Amino acid sequence: MTTHTLPHPGVDEPSFTALQNLEGERQVTRDGIETIWVPRERVHETLNHLKNGVERPYKMLYDLTAIDERNRVHRDGQPPSEFTAVYQLYSFDRNEYVRVKTALRDGELTLDTITDIWPAANWYEREVWDMFGIRFAGHPHLERILMPRTWEGHPLRKDHPARATEMGPFRLPPQKEENEQAALRFRPEEWGFARSGEDSDFLFLNLGPQHPGTHGVLRIIVQLDGEEIVHAVPEIGFHHRGAEKMGERQSWHTYIPYTDRVDYLGGVMNNLAYLTALETLAGVPVPPRAQVMRVMLSELFRIISHLVWYGTFAQDLGQMSPVFYTFNDRERAFAIIEAICGARMHPNWFRLGGVAQDLPSGWDAMVLDFVHYLPPRLAEYDREVLRNGIFQRRTKGVGTLTAAEAIDWGVTGPNLRASGVEWDFRKKRPYSSYEQFRFDIPTGTHGDCYDRAVVRVEEMRQSLRIIEQCVRQMPPGAYQSDHPLATPPRKARTMQDIETLITHFLNVSWGPVIPPGEAFGAIEATKGNNGYYLISDGGTISYRTRIRTPSFPHMQTLPMLCRGRMIPDLLAVLGAMDYVLADIDR
Amino acid sequence: MTSPYPILSIVGILIVVLSIAAGLIWLERRLLALWQDRYGPNRVGPFGLLQVLADMLKIFFKEDWIPPFADKYVFILAPAVIVVTVLLSFAVVPVAPGIIVTDLNIGLLFVLAMSSLGVYSVVLGGWSSDNKYALLGAVRAAAQMLSYEVFMGLSLMGVVLLAGSFDLVRIVEAQRHLWFVVPQFLGFVLFLIAGVAETRRLPFDLPEAESELIAGYHSEYSGMKFGMFFVGEYLGVTLISSLITVLFLGGWNGPVLPPIVWFLLKMFAFICLFILLRAALPRPRFDQLMNLGWKLLLPLALANLLVTGAVVLAKGT
Repeated sequence: MTTHTLPHPGVDEPSFTALQNLEGERQVTRDGIETIWVPRERVHETLNHLKNGVERPYKMLYDLTAIDERNRVHRDGQPPSEFTAVYQLYSFDRNEYVRVKTALRDGELTLDTITDIWPAANWYEREVWDMFGIRFAGHPHLERILMPRTWEGHPLRKDHPARATEMGPFRLPPQKEENEQAALRFRPEEWGFARSGEDSDFLFLNLGPQHPGTHGVLRIIVQLDGEEIVHAVPEIGFHHRGAEKMGERQSWHTYIPYTDRVDYLGGVMNNLAYLTALETLAGVPVPPRAQVMRVMLSELFRIISHLVWYGTFAQDLGQMSPVFYTFNDRERAFAIIEAICGARMHPNWFRLGGVAQDLPSGWDAMVLDFVHYLPPRLAEYDREVLRNGIFQRRTKGVGTLTAAEAIDWGVTGPNLRASGVEWDFRKKRPYSSYEQFRFDIPTGTHGDCYDRAVVRVEEMRQSLRIIEQCVRQMPPGAYQSDHPLATPPRKARTMQDIETLITHFLNVSWGPVIPPGEAFGAIEATKGNNGYYLISDGGTISYRTRIRTPSFPHMQTLPMLCRGRMIPDLLAVLGAMDYVLADIDR
Repeated sequence: MTSPYPILSIVGILIVVLSIAAGLIWLERRLLALWQDRYGPNRVGPFGLLQVLADMLKIFFKEDWIPPFADKYVFILAPAVIVVTVLLSFAVVPVAPGIIVTDLNIGLLFVLAMSSLGVYSVVLGGWSSDNKYALLGAVRAAAQMLSYEVFMGLSLMGVVLLAGSFDLVRIVEAQRHLWFVVPQFLGFVLFLIAGVAETRRLPFDLPEAESELIAGYHSEYSGMKFGMFFVGEYLGVTLISSLITVLFLGGWNGPVLPPIVWFLLKMFAFICLFILLRAALPRPRFDQLMNLGWKLLLPLALANLLVTGAVVLAKGT
C-alpha cells in the first residue's frame, strides 16, 4: 500500500494536500480519483472533516454505495473486507472527486449515519440498506426504498439470485397474500405524518403511482390542509429493474443496451457515461472522429430530451398545445437519429472504443437542416410559453432552491445552474473532446421553476451550436479504435493473421476481458451528472456496476420544494425538475 | 312576442341545440388538431363527421356503472342537473324573430338563476363520488363558480339599464342601431371571462384540471353519465356564446342575411373563440383565480354598473 498520486485528467495541479494529513490507506484506481480507506469508526469524522474542515471543501455528497467483496479475487493492496461502503464526494472549489471507503467485516454491517452532514445521504443510505443489508445507526427512517417492504434478502449481495429462474417457483398462499396486502395499507405514522394538526384533520392524497402529472410510476403521498401541502413524501421503486444487478450478469459489451434505458429520454447519452468509465478502466483510446460523433449524437439527444420536457412541462401547467409542437420537432430529430443509428429512442449505438458504424452519406445535410429549422421554432415557443403571463405567474418564485441547498442535496445539471451555479461538466471536466467546442453555460438567478425552464430552453440553443460545430469540423478517420479490447473488433485483418482471428473470435463470443481494477466516469447528461462506477475482477463481466443518476437526488428535494404550497405548485415543481423514473429507480 | 308555433319551436330548438352540442365535440377536436399540427378524427364519414355518431353509440352501450362507495341517488342526479339547467336556459334565448320557446319578461334573471343551479351538478357529482380528487374538484368548482357568478350578473346590469328590460327579446331589439358591445365593452369582456369560468373551460378548468386532479369532479363517472357532463359542458359553451350574441352583439340583427344566419354566425364565432382559448392558454393557480375574480373583476363590474347608471340617469333628466 503506497500513497500514490496520479496525474488527473483535466486538472493541472496535484491538489491532494488537504488529504495528505488524513490518515488512511490509499488505493490506486484507474480513474486517478484519490481513494482512502478509513476505519468504520472514523467514517463520520472523516467525511465531516472533508465537508467542513478542509480548505476548498468537498461540499457535495456525490454518491454513496457499497460493494459486496466476498467473491472478489483481485483485491491487491486493499484491506480485507466483506462489504465495502463507498462514499464519493465532489468539491466544486477543487473540481475534484474523492472516494472514501470503509471495510465492514465479521457480520458487523453497521455504520454511523451521515444524514446529519448531508441531508442527501438519507435516500442513499436507505438504498445501501435495501440492496446490501448494511445498517446505518441514527438514520431517521431506515426503510427499504427500491424494493417492496416485504422483500426478503438484499438484491445486490452476491448470494442473491439475479434472475427469476434462479429462484423457486412463485407461490402465493393466502397467508402471504394477506401479509402483502397488509403491507400496502396506508398508515400515516409510518411515513412520518401526523393525522391532525392544531385545528384541523389532514387529508392524505395519494398522487400516483398512476397519475397524469407524475410522468411515470411515481407515488407521492401528500398531506393536505385544505389545498395547502403540509408535507409530501415521494415513494419510488416502482420502476426498479435491477439495472445494477444486470450489470453483474451481462458482458461488458452486451450491457450497453441496458444503459440506454436508464434515462430513457437520453438515448445514446447513457452509453457515453458507461463507456467513459469502461474505456478508462480498459485503457482504450477513442479516435477523434468517434469522439465528435458521440458529441453530436449526445447533443441531439439532449435536445430531444429537453423537447419532451418542454412540452410536458407546459402541459403540467394546463397548456395543451406545446406538447404537440415539441413532439413534432422531436420527430425531426429522431429522423436524424434513425438515419444514423437505425433506431430511435434506444439506439444502443456507442461501442467500447468508438461507435457502431460510420456516418451514412447525406448525414450532414440532414443535421444542418435541423440546426436551421429549430431556432425559429424555439423562438415561437418562447412567445407561447416562457413569455405567457399565466405561465410566469405559475412558475416564478415556485420551488425555490438556493445554490447552497442545491449543492448540499446533490443537485446537478440544469437544476443546479438555475440556482446560479455556473457548473457544466462538459466545460469543467471535459470528456469526449468537449474542450474543443464553443458554447455557453446558461444560468439562472433565483433557482425557481421559471429559471429551470429558461436554463433548459437556452441549453437547447447551445446544443445546436455544438451540433453545428460538429458538422463543420467532423474529423476524418476511423470510427472505431484499433485497441485489442475494442468491441466489436475491427474485421479487416481477421482473415489474414491468426492472432487477430483469435482475438476477434474471443471478443465476439465471450466479450472483451477487462483488466482488474476500478474506474469511474461521468458525463453531463440531459438531467444532470450521470456517473458509472465500474469494478472489474478481470473477467468478461463486471464485478460491480454502480449507476449514479441525477434524478435520484433531485427527487429527494421534492418535499422541501413544495412544503407550504398548493397542489398545482407540486405539479409545477415536478415538471420543472425534469426527472425520468427509470433514472431514479434504475 | 311568443312563437306562433310553440311546439315546433320547442322541439326545433331542442334538436338543434343538442345537435350543435354533439357537433361541437367533432368541431373542437378538428379545430384543436388544426392548431396543433395534427389531423384529429378524420376516418369516420366525410371529414370524420360521423365520429360523433360512433362516439355516441359507444357511450350509450357502455356499462352503466356506479362505484359501490358512491352515494347512489345523488351520483345519478348530478349529471342530469347540468343538462336540464342549461337546456332550460335555452327556453328564453331568442334565436330570431318568432323563434323562441317562451318570451319571459325576466328572461335574463331566469338564465342567471339556471346557471346558479348548474353549480349543484358539479358539487354534488364530486361530493357523491366519495373520491378525494373528485372532492377537491367539487370544492374548487363551488368556490370558482360562486365567485364568478357574482360579477357575471353584475356585468350584465349595464345592458339591462341601457335596454330598460330583463326581457331578452327587448334587449335584442334595443340594439337595432348600436350593438351593446360598444357602449358596454367592459361589461362584454367581464361577461366573456365569467362565461368561460361558468363553463369550466380552460383557462378556468380548475375543477377538472387533468394534470393535477386527473378528471376532478367527474373522475368516477363513466358511460352515459360521464357523457351528460360532457354534453353539458358543450351545451354550456353554446349557451354562453348565444347569450353573448344576444346581449352584446345585437342577436339576430344584421344586414342582407336572414336573421337566423346572423345569430348562428355570431354564436359560432364565439364557440371557436372558446376552443382557441383552450388551445392557447395555461391554467392559473387556484388562489390566483380567486384573486382575479374578487380583487379585479368584481370591482370593475361594480364600476361599470355605476358609470352606466350615471350616464343613463344623466340622459334621462
